[in-house]
Amino acid sequence: MPNKKDDMYGDHISHQFNEDLSNLKNDFLKMGGLVEQQTIDAVNALIDGDGHAADEIRARDKLVDKMEMELDEEATRLIARRQPAARDLRLVIAVIKMVSDLERVGDEAKKIAKFALTLSQEGQAPRGYVEVRHISTHVTTMLHDALDAFSRLDSVQALKIMREDKRVDEEYQAATRTLLTFMMEDSRNISRCMAVMWVLRALERVGDHACNLAENVIYMVEGEDVRHTPVEEAAKIVGP
Amino acid sequence: MNTLNTTVNKEATMPEETPIPVPEEKPAETLIEEGKTVGSPFSDDPKFKLRDVEVFYGDSPAIKKISLDIARNEVIAFIGPSGCGKSTFLRCLNRMNDSIDICRVKGELLLDDENIYDNKRDVVELRARVGMVFQKPNPFPKSIYENVAYGPRIHGLANRKSDLDDIVENSLRKAGLWNEVKDRLDATATGMSGGQQQRLCIARAIAVSPEVILMDEPCSALDPIATAKVEELIAEMSESYTIVIVTHSMQQAARVSHRTAYFHLGHLVEVNDTNTVFTAPEHELTESYITGRFG
Repeated sequence: MPNKKDDMYGDHISHQFNEDLSNLKNDFLKMGGLVEQQTIDAVNALIDGDGHAADEIRARDKLVDKMEMELDEEATRLIARRQPAARDLRLVIAVIKMVSDLERVGDEAKKIAKFALTLSQEGQAPRGYVEVRHISTHVTTMLHDALDAFSRLDSVQALKIMREDKRVDEEYQAATRTLLTFMMEDSRNISRCMAVMWVLRALERVGDHACNLAENVIYMVEGEDVRHTPVEEAAKIVGP
Repeated sequence: MNTLNTTVNKEATMPEETPIPVPEEKPAETLIEEGKTVGSPFSDDPKFKLRDVEVFYGDSPAIKKISLDIARNEVIAFIGPSGCGKSTFLRCLNRMNDSIDICRVKGELLLDDENIYDNKRDVVELRARVGMVFQKPNPFPKSIYENVAYGPRIHGLANRKSDLDDIVENSLRKAGLWNEVKDRLDATATGMSGGQQQRLCIARAIAVSPEVILMDEPCSALDPIATAKVEELIAEMSESYTIVIVTHSMQQAARVSHRTAYFHLGHLVEVNDTNTVFTAPEHELTESYITGRFG
């Protein structure tokens, strides 16, 4: 019988099944922690103009890719050997989907690191970094909260993340307008501003992936697919 | 630069210290409300209409106020832990429980709007309409041909030998057995493999042109290949028959049935279409059972 430390995937008759599911969950969270750190480090490297850190981030992306493949294999093995059903099945399916979101967040971090390297070599005054910092705080918080919602099976928190996505889009558009102004002021800013624009775009995508994670958490918990569903409809499914 | 750093570099640790919600533990009995079934137990076009069915062995209730429709030409699977009453309930549908002296059945049980338990009802005719296949293959110790021909002959379904031959061939074909036995119809049925014997029993049930076929764990004594053949047969037969199958294999219920009914301690806890039951069941007990948390 479950004690307080066990979670809702931990009370099968088969202990091995419990362990398999809990390993899958923990490994997913490890990968999530890694890509979250990668994103934060990449933005820091950009703002600090730290080319060395940027190199390290790009190298560490290999680890992200490796974890993606390992998690996929773990999930495949679980389906083949355990034939999970209901909430167990939803966990496995959701992890398979969320793993590709995490891998893409890792790619976005790598992309930001690449721009960090280029911009650090040019070594000019940072333009648009205020916006980058602002959006990056926002999207990494979303990512962190999405992983947290996954860990706690908290569909209410997941819904909050879905709502945040719209705000990120607005911030992204505002930042784009600011950068356009810089470019119009002085055409020598253009190449540099374009690079920052790409970074903003990457961060905006991280927000989208966090939102996908949140949708999958709702699917895991509530059993309803809320992709391509207006947030208000999803809110009805999650309940008060 | 430093200020930027501190703002961005918020903790990126794994959220592992957060408390994990634990579903409150309640004894199974408290999760069940008598006579209440979640999901969709009713149908617009019922073959069987069953209302407030209760079954007692002596004084102890085995089935507690179950209401359910079984739709025409559907495959419905009954699942649940041992002793939950699924077989008892199945046996009510063609009055197989009549043979148990201490067994009493209450409630309304209608087959095509006619009362199954009407005193005037001819039970032999009922069992011809509602055939049954059992857990262990039980062919008669006669030839393969005689096993299938026996039913049609006593029910007077064939006047001539050639008609009877046709019925035997058709039934064996429908049961997917014809090609394996057509050259040895006179051989004794007990010499066949377990899977063949079970398909012969299905052919025997089909031979009297039933409307419904009840199957009580039809594959539990069969190997995986024979099981796959019987399951394939169930899928084909669902076009012309209504099939009710009791099974201990949840994967089998998931594979063959359109709807799944979950029984627990004599209650019908949940009936839903099979996809729902195996991906997002409504009732906590169904969830626990199909995910292997008890049973």
